Amino acid sequence: MSRLFIFLLVVAALAASPTAGARAMSIERVAGASGVEAWLVEDHSIPIVTLSFAFPGGAALDPAGKEGTASMAAALFDEGAGDYDSTAYHRRLDELAGQLEFGAGQDELAGSLRMLKRNLTATADLLRVALAEPRFAEDAVERIRAETIAMLARQARNPRSLAGRLWMRDAFEDHPYGKDSAGTAASVAAITRGDLADFVARHVNKKGLVVGAVGDITPAELSALLDRVFGGLPAGDAEAEIAEASPGDAGALVVRRTPVSQSVVSFGQVGPKRDDPDWYAAYVVNDIIGGGGFRGRLMKEIREKRGLAYGVSTALAPYRHAGLILGSIATENSRVAESIALIRAEWQRMRDDGPSEAELRDAKAYLAGSFPLSLDSTRRIAEVLVQMQTDKLGIDYLDRRAGLIEGVTLDEARAVARRLYEPARLSFAVVGDPAGLESIRPAREAH
Amino acid sequence: MIPFGFCRLAIACVAFLIAIAVGSPTRAQQFGAESFSLSNGLQVVVLPNHRVSAVTQMVWYKIGAADDPRGKSGSAHFLEHLMFKGTRAHPPGEFSALISQSGGRNNAFTTEDVTVFHETVANDRLDLVMQLEADRMAGLVLHESVVLPEREVVLEERRTRIDNNPVSLLREQLTANLFLNTSERVPTIGWESEIQRLGTADALAFYRDWYMPNNAILIVAGDTDGAEVRRLAEKNFGPLAARPLPTRLRLDEPEHRAAIRLEMKSEHVAQPSWRRLYLAPSYRAGATQHAYALEVLAEILGGGSDSRLYQTLVMRDGIALSASADYAPSAIGLSSFGVYATPKTGVAVAELEAAVDAQLHRLVEQGVDPDEVRRAEQRLEAAAIYSHDSLTGPANIVGTALAIGQTLDDVAAWPARIAAVTRAEIEAAARAVLIQRNSATGILLPEHTS
Repeated sequence: MSRLFIFLLVVAALAASPTAGARAMSIERVAGASGVEAWLVEDHSIPIVTLSFAFPGGAALDPAGKEGTASMAAALFDEGAGDYDSTAYHRRLDELAGQLEFGAGQDELAGSLRMLKRNLTATADLLRVALAEPRFAEDAVERIRAETIAMLARQARNPRSLAGRLWMRDAFEDHPYGKDSAGTAASVAAITRGDLADFVARHVNKKGLVVGAVGDITPAELSALLDRVFGGLPAGDAEAEIAEASPGDAGALVVRRTPVSQSVVSFGQVGPKRDDPDWYAAYVVNDIIGGGGFRGRLMKEIREKRGLAYGVSTALAPYRHAGLILGSIATENSRVAESIALIRAEWQRMRDDGPSEAELRDAKAYLAGSFPLSLDSTRRIAEVLVQMQTDKLGIDYLDRRAGLIEGVTLDEARAVARRLYEPARLSFAVVGDPAGLESIRPAREAH
Repeated sequence: MIPFGFCRLAIACVAFLIAIAVGSPTRAQQFGAESFSLSNGLQVVVLPNHRVSAVTQMVWYKIGAADDPRGKSGSAHFLEHLMFKGTRAHPPGEFSALISQSGGRNNAFTTEDVTVFHETVANDRLDLVMQLEADRMAGLVLHESVVLPEREVVLEERRTRIDNNPVSLLREQLTANLFLNTSERVPTIGWESEIQRLGTADALAFYRDWYMPNNAILIVAGDTDGAEVRRLAEKNFGPLAARPLPTRLRLDEPEHRAAIRLEMKSEHVAQPSWRRLYLAPSYRAGATQHAYALEVLAEILGGGSDSRLYQTLVMRDGIALSASADYAPSAIGLSSFGVYATPKTGVAVAELEAAVDAQLHRLVEQGVDPDEVRRAEQRLEAAAIYSHDSLTGPANIVGTALAIGQTLDDVAAWPARIAAVTRAEIEAAARAVLIQRNSATGILLPEHTS
């Protein structure tokens, strides 16, 4: 068979079914007698169940001077609860082969528990006591405090994490989003056991709780499990709200000098929030300029054509009270200025001309088709179920998603490119020893 | 190392003819794997998984950084990058574009022993990704205009992964010192000065020597079956010819007479850390009878918060922020057994090291308790169960095993072999491996400049 013929077949196959990967995934709403609700995807192919959950209110609500409280609480839920001290708790979890994780973001406290079907109830009971009766024992608190402070010191010397923190600090200043969700050495040192207990009292309750369940479990079993794990939590009050925020000081260039051969650069500007009416157009345009793999214009211009960096990409970062377009790149000191100029030029080109018809078609096909392919593990699906509820996307979202993306027209994409991409608002934080670059404004201290 | 042109000896050709004898399908219990070979020697494994209508294809070439020619470190990894630079049928960029246009993802990685290319696509695109992989198995075209910028990309990758990270730099120095003679001492990505000299001709020679169906394993995991994979593999890879395969040179490690100590200071280090590597066997090299026992030993000593090091150094004595151990036996050459600890602020590294040594001494002298053996084996078995919970997990496990010469039966037997490891075997393994003169200890310290 000639290679040309093979190629023609490939093209024909591509045209035939752009979203063939999207097998319908059936999501069911399941409620317990306690009123706690979960979205469930049943999958009995392997005897595993994953439960993911999120409580609204995260690090952004940490009291002033006690930044890091949410993160520290998240690290302590499995360090002793109910009748178990830390070691006994971990041993019991290991015995049941349960895998439990907690994490605090700026806007929520989230967690997940992966368990074997045969140990379902006993493993879920460990999650129940972690949420309802965390001990916050003094030795565990001091251990996690020391680990956290060490981690902050490590991150402060790591060019990658430092660049990201500098950018956020510079963009948001005193708004909570400008602060490191893990806190500072001083704020972490100030957190007391009472602060941690207070965090649980304010956030770990049924108000706004969302749950996703995936795997070898029936609706009836899940209903009972929801009551068992979450049913006893207090009803809770509405969360305090933080102020809406928008990155200020647009167009800044912040350079933090440190003697490394490769500079790390974080960049970004204001972007859409998740409920923006133009979200899907912005999502597609972001992929065209900064998509990972080899798709994005930045990757083509900076890596493929010039070999300036191993990778460069951008992403929409929708916080609850702010939207961002964020990107990063790492390149040798002598080539930082050239890379930044190229990023600014691509920003301008996207603003002026928008995407081409072919770029739009390819990006839509990729974004519509790739998502269902990623739903291959109970953890990933459960995480998506939680995200869908947090973002209020509707229980039929998976069925509608491809259509929402494919419905983006060239006019809409160009309009959103013109509305969002502003080279003058694009700001950069550089950590390294870049040649020929100075801060446009001096950096504030990051710690 | 022998130049590759000289490796095509008669004996290699005989081995090659034996190796490509066509096998009938075999089934291994783990992951429901089905396996067969094409007449050109391509080994094929199918791992059915019908959760999502997607497939992951992986092509594992049995060639890695340990096979880099002397003076040309980074060759295998550089070629991995260049494999995306186009063929006669598909110009540069088209490979990834064709896959992403239909929502697929693709990437590649290189280790000491293998170079692996993988794609995840909707299951009706399996034919497409097979065409593309088969095409570049024999049809790579390289021009200076794409090779030279890509070499800059690799240098930036090295700066990102290693040069900008003091922990990675110390690890690289420590490994180069632990192995006195074998190629494990050379970093997978290569030494900077040698990467700078890699060129188009080197890459093409390496490609011609090692990229062929009889040196590859095709793994397809996902919503498909053996019959379909066989049909598509015959169609796409079947026409490729087997070629004589050079012998992979693996050197021996001489007897180690002196323990190695390295101290590195960096102003990018916030707090000190301590690590030690012991020369260790793998599933394939050295005292291989200890491999499974060493996996359990690493779990007992430093696998998570229930381990000896964490329980004593972090929990009981409060002198460490972290303490752990690791051991990865999936290698053709020797492996290493690693022990790691970070002192709590204000604790001297020497005090921490003495405490770690006391634990290692106790282990070798007094052995292990039945209960901690049971708990460690339980944790390892749980990890095996959860490895079923994704598309790529089983494919990676099977590929890693087959590429180093293990069988599907070895993969299937892993949980049972771990469960069968006895106290006596763990104690024997500890005595055989935790030997000071076979170790390299690395200390990373902050350097405070003005």
